[in-house]
Amino acid sequence: MSVRVERVTKRYSAAGTPAVANVSFEAKAGAITSIIGPSGAGKSTILRLVAGLELPDEGRVFIGEQDTSNVTIQSRGVGLVFQNYALFQNMTVRDNIAFGLTVRKRDKAEIDARVEKLLSLVQLAGKGNRFPRELSGGQRQRVAFARALAIDPKVLLLDEPFGALDARVRIELREWLEGVQKEMGVTTLLVTHDQEEALEISEHVVLMFDGRVAQAGSPGDLYDRPLSPEIAAFLGASVLQGSVKNGQAQAGSFSVSATGTAVEGEKVRAVLRSEDLKLTRSATDGEVRAAFVRRLKVVGGRVKVSLDLPHGESVSVDLPRSEVDALALAEGEQVFVDVSSARIFYGEFDI
Amino acid sequence: MSTTAHARSRLILQESGITRAILIAVVFAFLALFLLVPLGTVFLLAFEKGIGAYLSALSDPGTRSAISLTLLAAGIAVPVNLVFGLLAAWLLAKFNFPGRALLVTLLDVPFSVSPVVAGLSFVLLFGRAGLFGPFLQAHDIAVIFAAPGIVLATIFVTVPFVVREVLPLMQAQGNSEEEAAMTLGASGLRTFFRVTLPKIKWGVLYGVVLANARAMGEFGAVSVVSGHIRGVTTTLPLHAEILYNEYNFVGAFAVASLLSMLSIATLVLKKLIEWRAR
Repeated sequence: MSVRVERVTKRYSAAGTPAVANVSFEAKAGAITSIIGPSGAGKSTILRLVAGLELPDEGRVFIGEQDTSNVTIQSRGVGLVFQNYALFQNMTVRDNIAFGLTVRKRDKAEIDARVEKLLSLVQLAGKGNRFPRELSGGQRQRVAFARALAIDPKVLLLDEPFGALDARVRIELREWLEGVQKEMGVTTLLVTHDQEEALEISEHVVLMFDGRVAQAGSPGDLYDRPLSPEIAAFLGASVLQGSVKNGQAQAGSFSVSATGTAVEGEKVRAVLRSEDLKLTRSATDGEVRAAFVRRLKVVGGRVKVSLDLPHGESVSVDLPRSEVDALALAEGEQVFVDVSSARIFYGEFDI
Repeated sequence: MSTTAHARSRLILQESGITRAILIAVVFAFLALFLLVPLGTVFLLAFEKGIGAYLSALSDPGTRSAISLTLLAAGIAVPVNLVFGLLAAWLLAKFNFPGRALLVTLLDVPFSVSPVVAGLSFVLLFGRAGLFGPFLQAHDIAVIFAAPGIVLATIFVTVPFVVREVLPLMQAQGNSEEEAAMTLGASGLRTFFRVTLPKIKWGVLYGVVLANARAMGEFGAVSVVSGHIRGVTTTLPLHAEILYNEYNFVGAFAVASLLSMLSIATLVLKKLIEWRAR
């Protein structure tokens, strides 16, 4: 079932700034929709509003075609998974998973069968009698997934579910979730501050800044067509600041003739994504700038190259190690950067 | 070089050894003088004239009535404060509202106010000349110098125990388990009994044990509202004092020995709970 958030505003205190302001978006049925943004952007508040743990001050939340304004937490049919697992410590893994079914007074044999099925789904078959404290972090989070899935939720709400796990387990669990989600086809809302995670596993991304939706769309949309420099920066691009001078859009070392609508003195920002920056050892035609290699940081098979442009701005480029070796880059050396595919933004952006 | 270093470290160790021995001796001497000797004396004097005299002192009607009044007061005050403490802790941990900080401070009043003052305030409220005095007299209800007053005073002095133990626990544990339970369909009440209570049960029990010890041992507040009517409005601590003032040492110390056993039992329970709660 789809989830539709319509012009929702939520304040935690009457006088304070709203945690969520006039937010609208739709999470498609059967797909993973990610809500991303920096801390304090209101991401978790959205999840809590969908779950019914908070009520909106204005606006409405629909699950499927149903307006949830008068639907209690208990009857919304959402499965919630937290960063800190939130398992019932005094219950075994089996009882944790069975909790929602027991509350619904299902037949004992039916519950047992369902729990066994879920245990094997989360790869914990045979561990039903353990207590949460006897499991690893990844295993605990899988129990939390099973507990949420047990009630056949209309919507699965995940609040930074991989946040407390180490890198290897996180990737493993993320891939597992993708598979399970596809198989069960349950509508999923995932809150994360990790943009890479969101771009990787979701069909739809809602990016929030300061309680507002900055941009919503497919991961490709956001990455290729960011509506503002801030969005591009959040997704990992370097941003150079400047203004329109003598009909030229100038942002530090970067300068092109300004577009027709641009006004003299207007703010200009040039967005440079890592993969748009081509490095060469000799000056070529086009928008090429000389730069200095400030730092080379090897991360596994890739290298993060930090460059200083002529006006002192720094940009970073992520390259495979083979390419760095082919260019024979070294710290302190000069290199040429092709910046012709930079994206230019004029004026101020509210979001 | 190495031998001098070795010698020096030995010297340091020996010095610390001596210091440690002195410290241990001082602490033990102090505890013996102020705790063990008085406690021993209680039992020594209680059994001074033999076990027969001890038992007959305890089976004296006045003592028996003091025991039952003490049990009654604690039997009402502890459950009342258990329920109130859980409600108050729940309210303070889960909700933010105007006046919350004031409420937290007010909960400590019974600890900061002298019990005698507390007792006097009950006299001023419920006594003959008190605020509710005329109403109570008109309906022939006795509060002061009667069991209801003693129960009220006992409830007052034991208010903070449960809430003080449970509130920090609830605050530290957060809400997410409760929230998960509710999204899974559990009602508020079920969530409380199946999820919250198991998380805080040792804290609750600890608070109950301490509240019970205080309820049974309270002297000051109860003394003011009791009127010391022998066999009617005397609790165990009050009865011990009455007997002592009558030079009935065996009786006084027999009652005192009951109270001492209560405190020893409380200490043992307290330790057990601390050990289980880890």
